[in-house]
Amino acid sequence: MGYRAKFEVWRGDSTGEGALQPFEVDVNEGEVVLDIVHRLQATQAGDLAVRWNCKAGKCGSCSAEVNGRPRLMCMTRMSTFDEHETVTITPLRTFPVIRDLVTDVDFNYVKAREIPSFAPPEDLAPGEYRMSQIDVERPQEFRKCIECYLCQNTCHAVRDHEENKAEFAGPRYLMRVSELDMHPLDVRDRKDAAQEDHGLGYCNITKCCTEVCPEHIKITDNALIPMKERVVDTKYDPLVWLGRKIFKREDLERKHATGKRSLDDAGPDNGSPLPADSIGPAGT
Amino acid sequence: MADTTTPDVVHHTYDVLVIGAGGAGLRAAIEARMRGKRVAILSKSLFGKAHTVMAEGGIAASMGNANPRDNWEVHFRDTMRGGKFLNNWRMAELHAKEAPQRVWELETYGALFDRTPEGKISQRNFGGHQFPRLAHVGDRTGLELIRTLQQKIVSLQQEDHARTGDYESDLKVFHEFTVTELFKDGDRIAGAFGYRRPTGEYLCFHAPAVVLATGGIGKSFKVTSNSWEYTGDGHALALRAGARLINMEFVQFHPTGMVWPPSVKGILVTESVRGDGGVLKNSEGERFMFRYIPDVFREQYATSEDEGDRWYDDADNNRRPPELLPRDEVARAINNEVKEGRGSPAGGVYLDIASRRSTEFIRKRLPSMYHQFKELADVDITAEPMEVGPTCHYVMGGVEVDPDTAGTVVPGLFAAGEVAGGMHGSNRLGGNSLSDLLVFGCRAGAGAADYLDALAGAPAVSEEAVDAALAEAEKPFSVRGAENAYTLHQELQQTMNDLVGIIRRADEMEMALKRLAELHDRIPKVGVTGGRAYNPGWHLAMDLRNMLMVSQCIAMAALERQESRGGHTRDDYPAMNENWRRELLNCSLTDGPDGPQVHLEHQPQPAMRSDLFDLFELDELKKYYTGDELGGHRADQGM
Amino acid sequence: MTTTAHDPGAPSAENPGRADIRARTLRRDRWWLAPLVNALGLATFVVYATIRSFWGSAYYVPAYHYLSPFYSPCFSASCVPGSSHFGAFLPAFPPWIPLAILSLPFLLGFRLTCYYYRKSYYRAFWMSPPACAVSEPHGKYTGETRFPLILQNAHRYFFYVAFLISLINTYDMVVAFQSDAPDGSVRFGLGLGNVILLVNVIGLWLYTLSCHSCRHVTGGRLKHFSRHPVRYRIWTTVSRLNTRHMLFAWITIATLILTDLYIMLVASGTISDLRIVN
Ligand SMILES: Cc1cc2nc3c(=O)[nH]c(=O)nc-3n(C[C@H](O)[C@H](O)[C@H](O)COP(=O)(O)OP(=O)(O)OC[C@H]3O[C@@H](n4cnc5c(N)ncnc54)[C@H](O)[C@@H]3O)c2cc1C
Ligand code: SF4
Ligand code: SF4
Ligand code: FES
Ligand code: FES
Repeated sequence: MGYRAKFEVWRGDSTGEGALQPFEVDVNEGEVVLDIVHRLQATQAGDLAVRWNCKAGKCGSCSAEVNGRPRLMCMTRMSTFDEHETVTITPLRTFPVIRDLVTDVDFNYVKAREIPSFAPPEDLAPGEYRMSQIDVERPQEFRKCIECYLCQNTCHAVRDHEENKAEFAGPRYLMRVSELDMHPLDVRDRKDAAQEDHGLGYCNITKCCTEVCPEHIKITDNALIPMKERVVDTKYDPLVWLGRKIFKREDLERKHATGKRSLDDAGPDNGSPLPADSIGPAGT
Repeated sequence: MADTTTPDVVHHTYDVLVIGAGGAGLRAAIEARMRGKRVAILSKSLFGKAHTVMAEGGIAASMGNANPRDNWEVHFRDTMRGGKFLNNWRMAELHAKEAPQRVWELETYGALFDRTPEGKISQRNFGGHQFPRLAHVGDRTGLELIRTLQQKIVSLQQEDHARTGDYESDLKVFHEFTVTELFKDGDRIAGAFGYRRPTGEYLCFHAPAVVLATGGIGKSFKVTSNSWEYTGDGHALALRAGARLINMEFVQFHPTGMVWPPSVKGILVTESVRGDGGVLKNSEGERFMFRYIPDVFREQYATSEDEGDRWYDDADNNRRPPELLPRDEVARAINNEVKEGRGSPAGGVYLDIASRRSTEFIRKRLPSMYHQFKELADVDITAEPMEVGPTCHYVMGGVEVDPDTAGTVVPGLFAAGEVAGGMHGSNRLGGNSLSDLLVFGCRAGAGAADYLDALAGAPAVSEEAVDAALAEAEKPFSVRGAENAYTLHQELQQTMNDLVGIIRRADEMEMALKRLAELHDRIPKVGVTGGRAYNPGWHLAMDLRNMLMVSQCIAMAALERQESRGGHTRDDYPAMNENWRRELLNCSLTDGPDGPQVHLEHQPQPAMRSDLFDLFELDELKKYYTGDELGGHRADQGM
Repeated sequence: MTTTAHDPGAPSAENPGRADIRARTLRRDRWWLAPLVNALGLATFVVYATIRSFWGSAYYVPAYHYLSPFYSPCFSASCVPGSSHFGAFLPAFPPWIPLAILSLPFLLGFRLTCYYYRKSYYRAFWMSPPACAVSEPHGKYTGETRFPLILQNAHRYFFYVAFLISLINTYDMVVAFQSDAPDGSVRFGLGLGNVILLVNVIGLWLYTLSCHSCRHVTGGRLKHFSRHPVRYRIWTTVSRLNTRHMLFAWITIATLILTDLYIMLVASGTISDLRIVN
């Protein structure tokens, strides 16, 4: 069952300099690429850097490029390769490398911070939220995202054009904008910002993000294109504009609404005779 | 490659340090920040990837959305029963009362739980919970929880940005940062020391309050659902800082982990599979759980398959199927079936949902399980049964804390989440951990803020302490090639798995302690190759000492407790013993001939407040309590 | 395809600290196949459609009322008698103006701005990118942020018009179920041409209704489906179709060519229609 496989693993440091290093290593039945990298660590290269956590496709830590294709190493089974094939593992290309297979993904955290947070209606206390399943299903799909950044890595708008990183939030975060815009209780208007602040226009809907997403989220079809259409609504559609004028329906749009601070409200109780014990109110 | 010059240490000052960015850590940080403190969050992995992300089933909170008869009292009773009355009752009380509000709060942060037809949060069944109680999002609840908290942190940072122009002015995340040491000034906490994993840069934090939220210890076992993060760092840091660990003998083995292929052995198969209708069968096709209903649970569980099946639709008039017994019972049952030769080819039993639910139902309710089996084992769970077996999952034991403030005996040191002990007694119910994280995370944040408000004078970190911590971290680089960290780790895991595993015996545990003592001598000889930048060999070398210390606590406590209860099963003492219910075992460090040593002590379990005691029927209490303890019950006083 | 001289993988001032991997891609599968096939397919259609639109004859079969979709609606006085189903109120055109000048630009615009075709031609012709994780040969990229590509946002109007044109095509298809009797009267008739026209119209409707803009205006723009149960139902159906939009895009390319080719052959007398009824 087991066999010896040929591997090439990119090894280098934060200067970006490095090279593919060849290895020969045992492979057993049912193993994934991450198992092999661990075997290399334990037997041949104790300091081989790799990032991982769950080994079950849930945390999105182990992103790399296997034979040039962006993948989760823990979800890439060795049985998908030919026994004679040399398997090449390289770090994500779009982000600065830290060491070996580990890259600095802070770009994504910076982009995440630029998106205004969820803003619920001010008059709803915790426990009073009512949303129907069909309304939450759309944003729920996007919340499956495990933040593996494979889409961010693959999107050519930044992969091939470092200079666009400043303007473009990338598919994962445009999807976040979309998620909030579709959230049944979010009151902020995000449409103009999607284009003006987060660079929705850089996306040319070529769908590589969708192709690599390990969660099989239909990023382009369900998040990015609908968001583009929503932008058209506010920016370019006279019919919609006319309809709004006639019916005066603003679809809950308030641009600078903020959410109320949640701890100020205790919410309905759950049968406890006492109010929930507390250490004291949130100060300041 | 390792350079020989002494590296620099960079210093930072904060009000509150939160170690751990899982559910407990993030909730604590939010609370402390909202109470006006400057907070730093330190985490070994990337922000948003902490272990909590792996939780699947749901968050237990008695919101009563699915069954209006549910309330905190029922939840409290379930929790105490699940923990076999060894729980810290005050923690269980606070947990049951506050969990709903903590969950509702998440919605104000943007969480999107699955809904009931009226638009409320949907709740599902889980083992040991009398009513459907687990708020959930498909089978990725942990992901929703951590993402929501992560986004709340971001939103707080945005508020700070609007005020100060800097997102990180008052709340900063140092991710991929490992804490190796806590500092004290006298007996008060003064700060922490550690290294950035990517660069190997050393940082010293000056902070009068530290919240430990580092999760569990599962990586000391070979077959585990836990990730590399679970090396018991928080447990060990607390011990070294002078705090005590309690209940360390109680380690939960989840009944259903994957058993095939070998490389994924241990990965969790969520309990929701059973909550949603999955059943366990042995190689003879028998639903064997009916044979394993223990006396204490006789009344609450169905005795026939028909009744069990009816329960899914009509829970009020039927009793639940025994597949939904607390985890310790199910894990033992599976273990026994396999031992008696009725196991599956890969050494597990069958978990079958394919023959009981429609394909659409399975794919809708259990999408990540479907995905996980498809991709990792080539098994289509809508068509075939899964093969499952017990896997080390959770440690009930942990740092002893004050229930209301989450403070430890060390002033300024707080602990919440899996790293804290007491709440779950001898066995945790599914879904009670995520709610535990929120309830006590919040309390730890508030406790730390309160502590700071009352604090007189700032504790200082001494230079010698920093130098000592630095020297300790640098040590593996100067040891040359004697021992390999990976090999030692494997030996440690094998020892714990084989000798202090799911079924325990005195002679085996004595053997384990001997081997651990040997490892104790070998670990200082671990050398590493390469430099400080993202060097997994070095990281493991640093974590090993913590794993060892925690493993010693587990083995010593397990040897001492001469009964079987919850997550602790003794072959040589198979019965539960009422007298042991009053005893807690605690571990601390004392100075020994060659450095600090783990020291085990008994301590009495505080008696339950009478109004809580009265929530139970006398008949039930009789199964757990000795006669003289029952005196205060309401049933007695009437006489 | 070979590796180009352009080398975006190499660290430079603009790519600080990225891993220095020189190859344009390390993919070993035949990633170039998809863009190649797309390019050939699209080119075939464009060439065929252009030639036929300017052809100016063999687009109408008077006996069976078959009208090629490339000539519908035909409003010019130059149109073959009978082919102007809605009247010929425009003067005669010089030969360099296609007879369906009123619909063709919109149909062209509809497909040109179609989210699927955009993906297809950006990848196949503009190589932006040629395939995922294969670097593109352009030094600069601004996507659809500025003129002219910002005009892609107009897709929705093309959709509105295309919807009307689909109605016209449907009318053309229905009308063609009449054939001229020897006595000059009109009676029901059915031939292979009808079947082809029908299939084409079905294809066109599937393509048009599965459009992303359609999905958006029917329900996608709503925040609360629960308050609009009917629109939610429509949206659900359109969404289901939408997942096959690419398929319909290619099917309609094939059926359009096939329909026109068949009518051309019959109209020019090269073959005769296979009649089933009358
Ligand atoms: C597969 C699986 C499924 C589960 N499903 C459920 C469920 O459905 N319901 C439920 O209630 N519970 C479930 N649990 C249990 C629950 O998820 C955990 O107990 C809980 O997430 C622990 O959270 P925590 O906040 O205590 O720690 P974690 O989320 O584990 O976070 C620990 C944090 O501490 C950091 N850390 C650790 N050591 C250091 C150090 N030395 N320096 C700096 N940082 C450090 C880590 O990086 C991490 O950020 C499940 C557990 C597993 C493994
Ligand atoms: S569809 Fe848009 S966001 Fe996704 S990879 Fe392509 S250009 Fe990037
Ligand atoms: S959207 Fe998909 S590919 Fe992108 S980060 Fe999330 S899970 Fe990864
Ligand atoms: S290790 Fe978590 S996704 Fe691969
Ligand atoms: S026609 Fe293709 S998306 Fe509109």
